[in-house]
Amino acid sequence: MSKAKTEVKPFAVNDCAMLSIATGISAQNLRELRDRLCEVPESSIYYHFWGMRLRPRFEEPVYNNDFAQWAQEGLHDRRLAERLGVIDPPSFSGIDELREELIDVIEERLEEAEYVPWAKPENGFRFIRSILVIFDTGVRVKRPEDLISILPKLSRSSLYYHFIDARRRSPEGVDDVRAWLAGFGETYAELQAEIATIDPYFTSLSDLSRLLSESFQRMGVGGRS
Amino acid sequence: MTGLLDSYAEVTGKATIEHLRQLSKILEGKTVVHVNSTRVGGGVAEILDKMVPLKQELGLDVSWEVIKGEPAFYECTKGFHNALQGMPIDIPDKLLEVYEATNAENAERLRGQLEAADFVFIHDPQPARLLELCPNRRGKWVWRCHIDLSRPYRPVWKYLGNLVRDYDASIFSLASFARSLPHTQYIIPPSIDPLSEKNRQLKVSDVQAVRKEYDLDPDRPLILQVSRFDRFKDPLGVIRAYHLAREFTPHLQLVLAGGGASDDPEGDAVLREVQMAAGGDPDIHILLLPPDAHHTINALQRAADIILQKSLKEGFGLTVTEGLWKGKPVIGGNVGGIRIQVIDHHTGYLVDTPEGAALWIRYLLNHRDLLQGMGVKAHEFVRDNFLITRHLRDYLSLMVTLLRGEGDGRIELG
Repeated sequence: MSKAKTEVKPFAVNDCAMLSIATGISAQNLRELRDRLCEVPESSIYYHFWGMRLRPRFEEPVYNNDFAQWAQEGLHDRRLAERLGVIDPPSFSGIDELREELIDVIEERLEEAEYVPWAKPENGFRFIRSILVIFDTGVRVKRPEDLISILPKLSRSSLYYHFIDARRRSPEGVDDVRAWLAGFGETYAELQAEIATIDPYFTSLSDLSRLLSESFQRMGVGGRS
Repeated sequence: MTGLLDSYAEVTGKATIEHLRQLSKILEGKTVVHVNSTRVGGGVAEILDKMVPLKQELGLDVSWEVIKGEPAFYECTKGFHNALQGMPIDIPDKLLEVYEATNAENAERLRGQLEAADFVFIHDPQPARLLELCPNRRGKWVWRCHIDLSRPYRPVWKYLGNLVRDYDASIFSLASFARSLPHTQYIIPPSIDPLSEKNRQLKVSDVQAVRKEYDLDPDRPLILQVSRFDRFKDPLGVIRAYHLAREFTPHLQLVLAGGGASDDPEGDAVLREVQMAAGGDPDIHILLLPPDAHHTINALQRAADIILQKSLKEGFGLTVTEGLWKGKPVIGGNVGGIRIQVIDHHTGYLVDTPEGAALWIRYLLNHRDLLQGMGVKAHEFVRDNFLITRHLRDYLSLMVTLLRGEGDGRIELG
């Protein structure tokens, strides 16, 4: 255990900001949405599933991705919104598989609908993509026991970077904290398993911070055990 | 040398300023020129007034140039503005000739500086033709559009679109304003400066003094719209809403405070229409304020119970941001950038009619606790999303992207 600890690099706390870019691609009805989904870049599909986490908002949205939200608010098709809303991106191996699922759900709806659902001109779906700008906060955490005091201080964007964006970055598809803990061998295996039970897709960033702290406390890693 | 940035850290937090410093390291020494059509009056000038010194403090070599023209030039560009926001107005060829000639004259004056710059930001349609008049440009040129381009009058957009398509990038305030253009279109909402004369904290006595100056009764409810006298701002709709609300709130007072801008030739005509509609009502205060009346506007916004911005078209609506920053709920037209600032039941109410505005005026004046709570939320909302530090971060990020390329969609700093 002590040997592993000395070899692991400190955890570097980063922050990030999202720069949004219009793709110029839009859809006015469900068939167009299906067609455009085939051509938009991966980064756009990623943005519409995850980007809303960093956008200003006061309430948790009814649906956790922009496609479901548009089906409800733009197309007024609740059935489609529910089917799109239940899609869970972490359960897909990559963006292309996620894209296929979206198209499949939409095609199913197109086959059963009596007409092609459409939106008013001002409510069309506009595909956005983004560039993520990553900042080094200068904060380094040497021991997992010290992380618990940092977690409540992390900005929403920092949480986004380490717990959502990380899944796209790491080959194993895990968050940065679990990846770091893995470097300590089996010492924090239980904590890793505990963190793995937190579903980032259906958890707000502010709740995420609280749930992580609770996981550390339950496992007796730092703070009160 | 870090005084200005440090003073922002007190409002936005140190991390925000550190982000700016990390981005600017990559851009240190780069020459940047902003070009617009007015030094004072209007949101663009206000943003540049602070954006330029902040970029300078971050180590960039920044200048701000203003193009000059005769009244016919501004008549043409006002026509552009109206048509691009949807009015079916054809611009006579004679005016287009003036537009093109004015850009050519200004290009003669600015060409050396623009062609040598690393980055050139051209704001709105007025100086848009400068790009084709600077054939030996070596830097990146960005067209920054502050207008609601969601449904432009097509013949005018066709003309302007041809002028802007060769830029390296463009910036729009909202995704719905982006057009079909052969370059990257960034989505960057504008911002306000929390430390400016218009937005800084005021003493209670300052607010009282302005109330006294304009004969506003502190014991009676006050609603306020601050905007140019422009038909898109619907000042007549505001007066209609006031009349409807006053039937139930007899002591209501309305202030319509309009600043002029040197590039807006229609203001006088609209002001006369507004004065006629007010019909001499002593509780409608129509104030024609000079462009530098920032302290007065600040005090009026703080004196008001509710801020109105009942626009029919709106690029963004910085007066909305200013009102929210002062902790006031905003009743705003359900258009353009107002939609991303006024969040129903949280920071105010979006309306489509004067009747809707009257309804929510009555509602808020009868629910004072709710009004106060919304104000608190509104202030926080602006701090998190619409301050100049966020705006500057987005601009610097864009410049880094243009310099280095997008890579795999990530820019790592630090």
